[in-house]
Amino acid sequence: MNVLVEYFDVFVGGFWLTFQLCVLAATGALLLGTVAAIMRISPLPPLRWIGAAYVTVFRNSPLTVVFFFAAFGLPALGSNADFLRVPGLTTLFERLGIDLPYFRFAVIALSLYTGAFVCEAIRSGINAVPAGQAEAARAIGLTFTQNLRYIVLPQAWKSAIVPLGSVIIAMIKNSALAGFFGVVGDLSSSAQALTSAGGEPIIPVFIGISIGFLVMTVPLGLLLDRIERRRAVLR
Amino acid sequence: MSKQQTVLYDAPGPRTRRLTVIGSVVAAVGIVAAAHVLIYRPLAEKGQFTMEKWGPLIDPGNEVFSLVWARLGEGFRATLLAAGIAIVCSLIVGTALAVLRVQLKALRPRRFVGFARPLAWLIRGTIVGLNALTRFCVEIFRGLPVVITIFFVAKALPDLGLDLGDALWYLVIGLTIYNGIVIGEVLRSGMEGLPSGQREAADAVGLTPFQGTWLILLPQAFRIMLPALISQLVVVLKDTSLGFIISYEEVLRVSTFIIQVLNNPIQVYAVVGTIYILINYLLTKLAEYVERRMSSGRRGPVAKTPRKTTKTPAAAGADAAA
Repeated sequence: MNVLVEYFDVFVGGFWLTFQLCVLAATGALLLGTVAAIMRISPLPPLRWIGAAYVTVFRNSPLTVVFFFAAFGLPALGSNADFLRVPGLTTLFERLGIDLPYFRFAVIALSLYTGAFVCEAIRSGINAVPAGQAEAARAIGLTFTQNLRYIVLPQAWKSAIVPLGSVIIAMIKNSALAGFFGVVGDLSSSAQALTSAGGEPIIPVFIGISIGFLVMTVPLGLLLDRIERRRAVLR
Repeated sequence: MSKQQTVLYDAPGPRTRRLTVIGSVVAAVGIVAAAHVLIYRPLAEKGQFTMEKWGPLIDPGNEVFSLVWARLGEGFRATLLAAGIAIVCSLIVGTALAVLRVQLKALRPRRFVGFARPLAWLIRGTIVGLNALTRFCVEIFRGLPVVITIFFVAKALPDLGLDLGDALWYLVIGLTIYNGIVIGEVLRSGMEGLPSGQREAADAVGLTPFQGTWLILLPQAFRIMLPALISQLVVVLKDTSLGFIISYEEVLRVSTFIIQVLNNPIQVYAVVGTIYILINYLLTKLAEYVERRMSSGRRGPVAKTPRKTTKTPAAAGADAAA
């Protein structure tokens, strides 16, 4: 158990980096997913097709393939994902700005992959709004945009929040893959470094790494359970 | 187009239809242009469309074509093998876990008055302890990434003196721990979602709690949760690709070998990804089909014999409203 005390800063650092990755990827995924969801319900068929294609591709391919694409495909194209070096963001998240691109690749891969699931969660929320709501809105003369903005989306948001939460939890767990694709210093790469290179005993390292993840996933899960139960009573 | 989308806007008149057509054409042109500038041009500039890169994968006349596909085939067989074993094991573990947890819950209020008092206390203590333990394990392993579970299973088991030799088994164990628990929770929530009359009726006709769970609740939970179970299969199949971190020779690891020789990452991953997408897409469609069939073929959760869809228009309307 000495490892836990001795390498405390490694665990905390790993947690911190994984947390940053999760925040960035969650933001990206929510943006992408919302855009895709809007495309999927738009009246223009080409936009609907693009949205559907995006969701089908990323929901059905393993995250590993997406990561491989990001980590080996983008360099083969000569891209360093420099567009993520947004001036303000790089001061907040230092990893975004460094020369090694793997953190940026991880953000891209996670956002793209999770975005598809976010889109599905939002769409299921929209589908859960009773048809009469949208019909009533149309009957009193609201346009498509007004209908979405004032009637459908506020209600859809309510029933989408629980599925969205579980998507984000899944994403936090998926972020562990980043450590195997060149991101240095996050929880899973620390696990590798401590056990393989450092030769530290397995079980304590496992406990330390697990705590790092559980600190993020378990409270979120409990929060979701609570929201779900309150919703159930409200209905 | 689903029902919800048609509800969002009125049936289009001639003007709206014209606008939609114009908008569609503009959007299509915009998308094609964007794809050309953002995807095709960079790819073409880097020479990603040359036969040198694609030939080994799509040209049967290429000298390494058969070799590459033989290797990929081996990889896919390994992937499917691991996924198959993991699915079977997860189903067994999940069912056992669900039955155990429902069972413990059913036994908790019992006071075991027939037994001597210390023995009764002992039994009740065991039940409470087991309940807490299973709950704890479920929360822990559900909150952990599968990668981490697999990684540590592969590291820790040999350390504890349990050397299984083949990486396949570590992968299967890691996947089983996670997916077994997820399936267990799916089945358990299915069983707890059943009307309480099911359990009461089982008790009333004299079944033991175990018989009640096994014969009455579990089959119904399986039926209700079938779509969720099939989508879990997709998850298992996708997660099998994590085997590369413990050097299991599944298809993605095989691809890395191929890429080291041929130096065409984008092409190989595109092909492998497409095959994955096809398989998973079919599985997802299957889940949707099963879900549709079940929601239309059943009235309430208590249909004992799976009836063929006998749906009247009125029932269909009730379905849509429900």
